[in-house]
Amino acid sequence: MPFSDDVRSRLDADAAQIIGRYPGSRSALLPLLHLVQSEEGYVSADGIRYCAEQLGLTETEVTGVVSFYTMYKRRPVGKFHVGVCTNTVCAVLGGNQILAELHEHLGVGDDEATPDGQVSLEHVECNAACTYAPVVMVNWEFFDNMTPASARQLADDLRAGNPVTPTRGPRRLVSWREAARILAGFNDDQATEGPAAGPADLAGLKIAEEHGWAAPEPAPASDRAASDQAKEPR
Amino acid sequence: MTDPLTPVLTAHWDQPDIFTLDGYRRSGGWQALPKALGMQPDEVIAIVKSSGLRGRGGAGFPTGVKWSFLPQGDNKPHYLVVNADESEPGACKDVPLMMANPHLLLEGAAIASYAIRASHAFIYVRGEVLHVIRRLRHAAQEAQAAGYLGRNILGSGFDLDVIVHAGAGAYICGEETALLDSLEGRRGLPRNKPPFPAVAGVYARPTNVNNVESIASVPPIIINGGDWFASVGTEKSKGFGIFNLSGHVATPGTYEAPLGITLRELLDLAGGMRAGHQLKFWTAGGSSAGLLTDQHLDVPLDFESVAAAGSQLGTRSVQIFDETTCVVGAVLRWTEFYQHESCGKCTPCREGTFWMVRILDRLEHGQGTEEDLDKLLDICDNITGRAFCALGDSATPPVTSAARYFRDEFLQHQKEGGCPFDPAASKVWSAP
Repeated sequence: MPFSDDVRSRLDADAAQIIGRYPGSRSALLPLLHLVQSEEGYVSADGIRYCAEQLGLTETEVTGVVSFYTMYKRRPVGKFHVGVCTNTVCAVLGGNQILAELHEHLGVGDDEATPDGQVSLEHVECNAACTYAPVVMVNWEFFDNMTPASARQLADDLRAGNPVTPTRGPRRLVSWREAARILAGFNDDQATEGPAAGPADLAGLKIAEEHGWAAPEPAPASDRAASDQAKEPR
Repeated sequence: MTDPLTPVLTAHWDQPDIFTLDGYRRSGGWQALPKALGMQPDEVIAIVKSSGLRGRGGAGFPTGVKWSFLPQGDNKPHYLVVNADESEPGACKDVPLMMANPHLLLEGAAIASYAIRASHAFIYVRGEVLHVIRRLRHAAQEAQAAGYLGRNILGSGFDLDVIVHAGAGAYICGEETALLDSLEGRRGLPRNKPPFPAVAGVYARPTNVNNVESIASVPPIIINGGDWFASVGTEKSKGFGIFNLSGHVATPGTYEAPLGITLRELLDLAGGMRAGHQLKFWTAGGSSAGLLTDQHLDVPLDFESVAAAGSQLGTRSVQIFDETTCVVGAVLRWTEFYQHESCGKCTPCREGTFWMVRILDRLEHGQGTEEDLDKLLDICDNITGRAFCALGDSATPPVTSAARYFRDEFLQHQKEGGCPFDPAASKVWSAP
């Protein structure tokens, strides 16, 4: 169903902001696709048409881009989209089992949502959190060091609408559509929430502090200026 | 003698508000940019050259030299693109860095942009890390409000717009030219080189693409001098770097150390292997670098020594597996990943990874023969050096190295009619 006038005027204002950020307008396509995904929860034919109109592209050109990237969904996913990492480290440490148990627990296949539309599930590739393996993502927030039991509990909480807090992320887990809006370039007010770093990120720093280890002190400023000058240009 | 660990980029991650402007300034932040703006751009490039800093995204090309490739006085727009698409299996250094200390990256990006005479800097961050994107954007707003970004920065006349651009899920976009196509709103397909991005990058303009950790290393180099950085590390691999230890290790985590540290030393710091288990195989630089074994515990983790041992330092993504892990299954999973992420542009990678997965799947399930293994290696041989970009070349080292060190294990699967390993034993929650 084409966007209503209300929706369209809201999207137009956002789209103009997005396009205005880039020296070349087509660079706005990925954020615009995140934007239409935030409106409908997935990238529909109407969403594709809208992006094409905004940038003077054909629908075919836009569709070709949509199909290339895994984060754009062509059919609705859940309000909470759960991604279980099954790249090798996570898989070996238990991600395979977590994924299998969640499929069974939720009764859904890959990229499928529960009938109530609350939770969908997919396997994801390495999400840059290997020191916290096995890792589960929900709407692209980190849930570290998961087990089958903690993953089932997480799924139950998401289905029941209980508050859920990511391990390294904001206090409030946002919905799939809110997340897509952030990806489009519109921050919510949660950037300063959550820890700066998790325990694994601090493992080396902690040891260094215990032993008083550090990078060497720089040479005195005067020596340094002289030596920088002497060395360069090569 | 340098200390075993040298936290610089990670030094303030335990400060709870380090990701804010105030927190970063309290840690001594935003002092390198005014210093750099007091120099000529070429002086900044000279200091980065003298530091010996080599690209931290895996390829190891000297950063200052890369900067100097951009034409000067051409009166064309130049662009800085920060490659924040961290997706290499095992790599988790850039994402925590941007989560903890986004201002450090922004300050480095401002200095780099000044040096290469760019007035736009893009941070292309993978989309699947929502809180990192929030933090980067918030930091950029704070920095702009404080006059460190935007128009006439600190009264110098230098202008810089920083655009935090979220990707949409594609490993290939970590390849710098595929990233540029993606940034231009296209499918992320790699481009022919030459022309290199320094000549024709984003919007066909001179562009410098650098990894997050490379750019974040710039502010401390400007503050402390090129010699200071070069005094750490080895003769040809200078400085410090972030090592991520994951897998069957007692304390997985991030360890920032001089290049040249060994796995034996890193394992000592991390409390060794998980209790009751022994090292079987590991990667020095992510899956794309291929596997090493317990013969390589004392290989200095610098560019040259790891290459001489038949692997690559890459992104220092140290994935560690003990004797409970089936190497065939591990390699199958990585190969499925490369097949999934192959962009399809060139035949060797697109078709090759497809057949590699099928053969590896047979081998893992005990239905593959020795001829299958040889066919698999023949396919690898036909991909390596014949693929359009580095993704194809990256798909084969895990397989060829696994076959080199564990050929018998591949064949044992056929003899036993299936995988001889119990996957339950390798889980993080399994009893020793």
